[in-house]
Amino acid sequence: MPPYTNPPPQGGRGFWSLAAGIDRWTVLVVGLAMLLALPVLTVFLTALQPPGEVWRHLADTVLADYVLNSVTLMIGVGVGTLLIGVPTAWLTATCEFPGRRGFEWALLLPMAIPAYIIAYTYTGLLDFAGPVQTFLRLTFGWTRQDYAFPEIRSLPGAILMLALVLYPYLYLLAQAAFLEQSAAVLEVSRSLGAGSWRRFLTITLPLARPSLIAGMSLVQMEALADYGTVQYFGVSTFTTGIFRVWFGMNDATAAAQLAALLLLFVLTLLVLERLSRRQARFHHTGQRTQRPPRLRLSGWRRWLATGACLLPLLLGFLIPAGQLIVWTWRTAPQVVDDRFLELAGHSLGLAGGAALLILLLALLLGYGQRLRPRPVVRLAVRSAGLGYAAPGTVLAIGVMLPFAAIDRNVDSWAREWLGLSTGLLFSGTLFTLLFAYCARFLPAALHSVEAGLTRIRPSMDDAARALGAEPHGVLWRVHIPILRGSLLTALLLVFVDALKELPATLILRPFNFNTLAVRAFELASDERLADSASFALAIVLAGIGPVILLSRAISRSDHAPLP
Amino acid sequence: MFQASNPRILLSIFGLLTSLLTPPALASGEVNVYSARKEDLIKPLLDDFSKQTGIKVNLVTGKEEALLQRLQSEGVNSPADVLLTSDAGRLAAAQQAGVLQAVQSASLNQNIPAIYRDPDGYWYGLSVRARPIIYARDRVKPKQLSTYEALADPQWKGKLCLRSSDSVYNQSLVAGMIAHHGEAKTEAWARGLVANLARPPKGGDRDQIKAVAAGECDVTLANTYYLGGMISSSDDAEKQAAAQVAVFWPDVQTTGVHVNVSGAGVTAHARQRDNAIKLLEFLASDQAQRWYAEVNSEYPVNPAIPPSATLKSWGEFKADTLNVAKLGELNAAAVKLMDRAGWK
Repeated sequence: MPPYTNPPPQGGRGFWSLAAGIDRWTVLVVGLAMLLALPVLTVFLTALQPPGEVWRHLADTVLADYVLNSVTLMIGVGVGTLLIGVPTAWLTATCEFPGRRGFEWALLLPMAIPAYIIAYTYTGLLDFAGPVQTFLRLTFGWTRQDYAFPEIRSLPGAILMLALVLYPYLYLLAQAAFLEQSAAVLEVSRSLGAGSWRRFLTITLPLARPSLIAGMSLVQMEALADYGTVQYFGVSTFTTGIFRVWFGMNDATAAAQLAALLLLFVLTLLVLERLSRRQARFHHTGQRTQRPPRLRLSGWRRWLATGACLLPLLLGFLIPAGQLIVWTWRTAPQVVDDRFLELAGHSLGLAGGAALLILLLALLLGYGQRLRPRPVVRLAVRSAGLGYAAPGTVLAIGVMLPFAAIDRNVDSWAREWLGLSTGLLFSGTLFTLLFAYCARFLPAALHSVEAGLTRIRPSMDDAARALGAEPHGVLWRVHIPILRGSLLTALLLVFVDALKELPATLILRPFNFNTLAVRAFELASDERLADSASFALAIVLAGIGPVILLSRAISRSDHAPLP
Repeated sequence: MFQASNPRILLSIFGLLTSLLTPPALASGEVNVYSARKEDLIKPLLDDFSKQTGIKVNLVTGKEEALLQRLQSEGVNSPADVLLTSDAGRLAAAQQAGVLQAVQSASLNQNIPAIYRDPDGYWYGLSVRARPIIYARDRVKPKQLSTYEALADPQWKGKLCLRSSDSVYNQSLVAGMIAHHGEAKTEAWARGLVANLARPPKGGDRDQIKAVAAGECDVTLANTYYLGGMISSSDDAEKQAAAQVAVFWPDVQTTGVHVNVSGAGVTAHARQRDNAIKLLEFLASDQAQRWYAEVNSEYPVNPAIPPSATLKSWGEFKADTLNVAKLGELNAAAVKLMDRAGWK
């Protein structure tokens, strides 16, 4: 929530006194947000039926497992990303140690690897039949009973896989937050005699809390919605349960009810989190003018820092990417043909288009919230972001149903009154697919944009206006330069996310339209992991460029005056 | 601020997108296919069809349930002419949902035996997928094996690997068991299997075969074309693993080996019905039937087609004669039964 906001324009403060405060911004923002919340609303509407007998069956057998596993996964991934993301962010943002410049961007690389792909690569490596265990057996002459090896395809394994590819989201936000903290605050605390550990725990960390929580909630929503990894690892979660009930038991209503329950759970957590920091305000007293000098680590500490940064990079990127390269080397001649470029074009075009569109939407909603900070606007914007927690397939069906209904109604109206058929206007088009991307990835962009907007204080607008700038001049000459880093972050985050997107693309794409992710998935789900590697590697490569740009944007834009 | 300009820009972008991205008008000489068979396992055949007939095939692949949902929600305006699935139960479900139409064709009836097609012509099976027992050559003697039921015997304690019950192949298998033996007996059997597991169910069919080869367990269940894929794999480790296991055809004295079919139906609102029928006829033709066997180690539905070398090496078997549509009907019951039996 932006700490600095203009006062609401006219009377309409309350939720219900809508009529008093209707204006173009409110209508636009609430309208847009409701449109984006359409898929989630569809899920809730489908769920609004009396529970069937399937529920008794679930309660008697597997429901407890689903809940327990999902909650464990969510908490585990949250803790895992904190443990990886925060120390590395703090080290690269505030310390100096060997390799720091490289780590600053390289630590983001794991986000280019889709979660199910890292799961496949590690299974290939660590499984009983994989090279590592086979090597151990051959070297020491062991058989199965002679040694214990941790099973990667398990709940802890799934937590590790997801934490390794999701921690960059937290790292990104934490790093920006640490960089933003002004020298003044730290100097004051230092002069008051606080040691460096104490400063970290009592000043740095609490000040970064909003960013950390935002990152954690993104990560945990992703973890709850994950299907590919947990399904492959044989871990029954709420999400696998939704598909089992829907596909296996052919009960779409119960599946929607399970999905609605999942979304309600996430909504509750988000509300609780908001309430918990209702009173607190997190901001610095001024735009950071002076950057605190980097803490030069010495002796063993330097190498400890290097090691701490190297480990997640190694596990989250170098090893899986290495495995992909080995597989690609072997299989590329058979699987890569002249359609490869077309696939890459589709992937890049779709991800680029989605990123621009979502950035525009996030800006509109972010500004709307800032200009009209009333409950109805906030609630609308929050519900527009819920799609992130929905399993991709559920969200895609939630997009498909309302648009198909619109198509049907327009068509029957046109047949009746105009005597012609309009056919399908939305269904099976790229428009619907892009819409699904918007509904799903908006929160990732919105978090960045909101964070950026909090840095613009109303006093800046006033000052600019007092100096004679027109409103749009204020926008271009004051806001955009301050926001640049946040906007770029939002753009690239969504681009990388969309590049990896699978379930909605699979369900909603038009005829003869494939992407790298679809191709990688089809081969992998046909259990041809090695053959899928070329396409997975292409996704990773396409994601690396933006990731590097992203990191440079962060270290440059709003932290220009380096000492 | 910029109230006036941005909503307009946004609206015009939306408008532009809508006008640009609506599907092209349906030209003649085309046929639109929704396929739950993966692109690699159908596109080569479709390309051959286009070459022979000049009919362009437009393809979108996906999971069967999602494609079915898409067909249903698109209704009368759905562009799809043909629905291809890799599971007969889903075809039966599509028929029940009213998204298929009955078509009659002398050549389809001639090439496809009656047990592999719908009596009224709503759908036709195109390839048979068998799910036999796969065992470790060095540790298991074929005479130790007999039936699916016998895998629940305590002699296999800690020696059985199974894929998760999320897999539609296991769901179909259990549905077939229910059809033959009733729920009570099948549930006791499933509990027996779970008690024999060497490890919790995980991974795909190839993973089960690899686990048997590596000694993690001695027996498993897998569809034959996964073993076929491993035999022809570019990965030497997969080839070696495939060489360490063998196929056992269970239940040949009794109900027969569990089989499912991949198949296709013409959609209820197909605009290019004739082309759709032509495509089905092509897929049941000798040329296409041979392709299923040679490229993907599936069994042709047409009994006149000689099996490929790989298929021949596994020997002949008696397939379950249960109408495959029954598997779809009993699928939900099978899933619930596996939940109760603790089959993850």
